Amino acid sequence: MLKDITIGQYFPGKSVVHKLDPRFKIIITGVFIAMLFTADNFIGLGVGAVFLIISFLLSQIPFKLMLKSLKPIVPIIIFTSVLNIFFLDGVTIFKLGFLKITVEGLRTSAFMIIRIIALIMGSSLLTYTTSPITLTDAIERLLSPLKKIKLPVHELAMMMTIALRFIPTLIEETDKIMSAQKARGADMESGSLMQRAKALTPILIPLFVSAFRRAEELALAMECRCYQGGDGRTRLRQLHSTGTDYFALGISVVFLDLVILLNCMMG
Amino acid sequence: MSVIKTENLTYTYSIGTPFEKTAVDNVNLDIDEGALVGIIGHTGSGKSTLIQHFNGLVKPTSGKIYIDGEDIWSKDVKIRDIRFKVGLVFQYPEYQIFEETVYKDIAFGPKNMGLSDDEIDRRIKETAELVGLHKDNLYKSPFELSGGQKRRVAIAGVMAMEPKVLILDEPTAGLDPKGRDKILGQIKEYHRQKKSTVLLVSHSMEDVAKFADKILVMNKAQVFCYEDTPTVFKRAEELTKIGLAVPQITRVFNRLKQSGIDIRTDVYTTEFARKTILEYLAKRGESNA
Repeated sequence: MLKDITIGQYFPGKSVVHKLDPRFKIIITGVFIAMLFTADNFIGLGVGAVFLIISFLLSQIPFKLMLKSLKPIVPIIIFTSVLNIFFLDGVTIFKLGFLKITVEGLRTSAFMIIRIIALIMGSSLLTYTTSPITLTDAIERLLSPLKKIKLPVHELAMMMTIALRFIPTLIEETDKIMSAQKARGADMESGSLMQRAKALTPILIPLFVSAFRRAEELALAMECRCYQGGDGRTRLRQLHSTGTDYFALGISVVFLDLVILLNCMMG
Repeated sequence: MSVIKTENLTYTYSIGTPFEKTAVDNVNLDIDEGALVGIIGHTGSGKSTLIQHFNGLVKPTSGKIYIDGEDIWSKDVKIRDIRFKVGLVFQYPEYQIFEETVYKDIAFGPKNMGLSDDEIDRRIKETAELVGLHKDNLYKSPFELSGGQKRRVAIAGVMAMEPKVLILDEPTAGLDPKGRDKILGQIKEYHRQKKSTVLLVSHSMEDVAKFADKILVMNKAQVFCYEDTPTVFKRAEELTKIGLAVPQITRVFNRLKQSGIDIRTDVYTTEFARKTILEYLAKRGESNA
């Protein structure tokens, strides 16, 4: 079950998408999200979907993995589509008691479903093809103008890097502790809600203890190496943008224009 | 009678991703009841994954495991009962401790088994003594104890379940030599008292040589050999070839042999080495006389 968590999961590869400059990838993802939200008709949404499909094919990420990223949002999809189907006024096609289904309801919910799915897939594509460290690096660079207004950009990026870095470690740790307690006969799969909540104590306490221990060790190790924060710090990996990056950005902007154009044409 | 038996046991991680890796590859084993087995192998040789199959924490990709003659993944076997039968102490077990007192933490396993309070109390006192925990410490918070003592608490927590098979994954990792010998001695004592089967995973040849009657060598997810301790160390050269360091004393005897001295090489403890050298010298003395 813990293996299903795909947040910040990186899927190594050598595709064009993997090799794009992460700063550009973040901006392109932003442009893609703009496409989804400016589109006010199905054709415009289709243009966004085509953009997603092209990037997805270029990335060589297995389709199964993309589906997996959708798993956690299934409840949200169901919730919004049910709300939209039943509670929108319009031409009624089906009625049962106070529930009625309208053409507009069906259309809006289909629209919302496609939009949410495309949104999640697009952002998962970003994390699948960019390692967390480069991603935070890129965020730091993109946010660096905000240093002017005294925003601790480097510190924020560092916190993000550490948090992302420790997600897999903590998952692994949780797995280990769960196994150890299961080996002592802990029962986490049956019983009432109350019993199950109680059964979490043997896992949560060691997990917290070890998280604090790790934090302390990390802080100490950073201090031992005279870590001082962002000022005057150079980087091991410099980010370089190439022609491909500008080309990819250009394409995404063209797609966005197309969506806006379609909006105007469809009125 | 065999207490653990595996048939073509295979386990593959993360199937269908670039991280795919076979950790246990077609393992056929037959471990006799009451045996004291050392399991050695490189990091990543599949030792830890293999032992997690024995109490049903990991479900094999293919193949079968029999505990006490029962196929543990057949429908009418409750996996929780298997876990009471096969006790597993993980690496760095002190990180699983969670209770307010040492007493309560050791009681966790036995309590899950549904034992009576008197029986639990008896077992806690017994195992605490066995692993060398002082009575006063039983009512302290486990987080106040030293690292070595925490380790003892965690080991006692599994021993108190009195499993038929006790498996320990690197119980001496990170301890000083004195603490190492002490814990190994206590485990051996447990084996002697309870007549149970004990498997000990280690990468220290010295530890295993001192400890085990039989040795299982894992190499690249497969069983390299499973034999009596002397038989295994006779194959010192092969072991070195797969990158496992044989005990220092065995290396000394191999070098003696290489330099033309006619001496046996299945020597793996210092005591036995002393005996062998004395025997050799006596024999040479005779032939010279």
